[in-house]
Amino acid sequence: MIFYKYISEFLFIAFIMLVFLGSLLAVRAKVLMHGVLGLAVSILGVSGLYFYLGSMFLTLMQVLIYVGAVCIVIAFGVMVGKTPTEVEGLKLKAGIFGMFVSAVVFILLIFSIKKTSWKIPIKMSGDFSIEHLGYTMLTKYCLAFELISVLLLAAVVGAIIIARGGREEINS
Amino acid sequence: MDFLSLFPPEFIRIIISSIIIVTFIFVNAIIMVYLERKIAGHIQRRPGPMEVGPHGILQTIIDGIKLITKQLIIPTDVNKPLFRLAPLLSFTPSILPFIVIPFSKSFQARDLDLGIVFILAISAINVLALLVAGWASDNKYSLFGAMRAVSQNIAFEVPILLSILSVVLMTNTFSMQGIVAAQNKIWFVLLQPIAFIVYFISGLAETNRAPFDLPEAESELTAGFHTEYSGMGFGLFFLGEYGNMFIVSSIATVLFLGGWHGPFPLPFGDFTNIIWFMIKVYALLILMVQIRWTYPRVRFDQLLNLAWKYLIPISIVNLLITAVIVKL
Repeated sequence: MIFYKYISEFLFIAFIMLVFLGSLLAVRAKVLMHGVLGLAVSILGVSGLYFYLGSMFLTLMQVLIYVGAVCIVIAFGVMVGKTPTEVEGLKLKAGIFGMFVSAVVFILLIFSIKKTSWKIPIKMSGDFSIEHLGYTMLTKYCLAFELISVLLLAAVVGAIIIARGGREEINS
Repeated sequence: MDFLSLFPPEFIRIIISSIIIVTFIFVNAIIMVYLERKIAGHIQRRPGPMEVGPHGILQTIIDGIKLITKQLIIPTDVNKPLFRLAPLLSFTPSILPFIVIPFSKSFQARDLDLGIVFILAISAINVLALLVAGWASDNKYSLFGAMRAVSQNIAFEVPILLSILSVVLMTNTFSMQGIVAAQNKIWFVLLQPIAFIVYFISGLAETNRAPFDLPEAESELTAGFHTEYSGMGFGLFFLGEYGNMFIVSSIATVLFLGGWHGPFPLPFGDFTNIIWFMIKVYALLILMVQIRWTYPRVRFDQLLNLAWKYLIPISIVNLLITAVIVKL
């Protein structure tokens, strides 16, 4: 028996399970903090899938940005803000409505997947390596890159102004 | 059929390197705790541990056995699953970075192209662990400790990244071996002294060491985020802290002190490089211990001011100057 040949298959299934169970925990958790951790677990699973696809850079960025920054900021918000520790379950009416909507979406998705004629890509149509992407982003698409950063800056400044309510002296 | 031929060499390599790494973390913690207590003792003009073994050399082993055999007390109001998960979550990120630490040219578990990015990504999980520990304990001291740990870690991650970037700009690679190889003529501490100082100060803050040990400041917060932990739960946080200290020092060694390059050859054959690496790392670790027992703890506003008003602007200017000089 040569079991190590199945390690990669096993890992793939494990990553899928991480994504699946993590997102289930993120939506179903009664305690808000469990939900945040479920999100972190499912993001770790996604980064594992990137690793499986052979992109180390995306894997690490996924962990660094989503687990290291986004989840911590959310957890910080949960801790600092006054939130109820126990969240009530959904009402029956809302539950039935939610089931109806998700069933419709599921059937639509199944139909469209069945109808589409899938073509297997034979090879990549261009250079998609991280080096090439970085190079084009700072040369050919420089303007778009800078515009995105200006947009992000505007969003951050706006968020600070909304949160603080203008520039008044804080009496201490 | 031969038993060994069932396994590919890569598989055996993974198993052996994981065993070596985990053993090393435990041994390193034992040595460092002993050194720390001895140095602290002599700084305070007392002998330190003296009872168990000659000069108390077995004291930390006895303490370790005590920690392992102690009862795990779980308070009634804690969030049980998270309370038990947090020590593991804090210990794991201190094992993983050892994969890419280059002890010598060949003695390394794996040389990733993105070695340093890997370490930075993994260390992000550690912050989450402290947060979980503090929140799950259901204790205001733990919560304050965790919140301090997170804001401190977020603040000091920026100067660390910027000072690492200014080295990476000079080498054009994230690989640990690549950075070490670029220093065979001159160590980067001579070319980037400001980046080294900024990195070392921020590294002290990242590992929650004094004078930046505010998350576990005894006089204000009992013991911070691990107030409620007993036995090996506390032991794992402790091991994680010493593992993180080793990682911070070895990154400093790789980035600035020439990695496994030595100024002159030693008579140890193939082990010369490993010994040079260890000498440099332990010199930095002892410096960390000495700083801890020499300087008083800073206040929290002083800590954040240091990060946001001094270290970050200094490292940005340093990065800009480096970029201009390298790319001109």
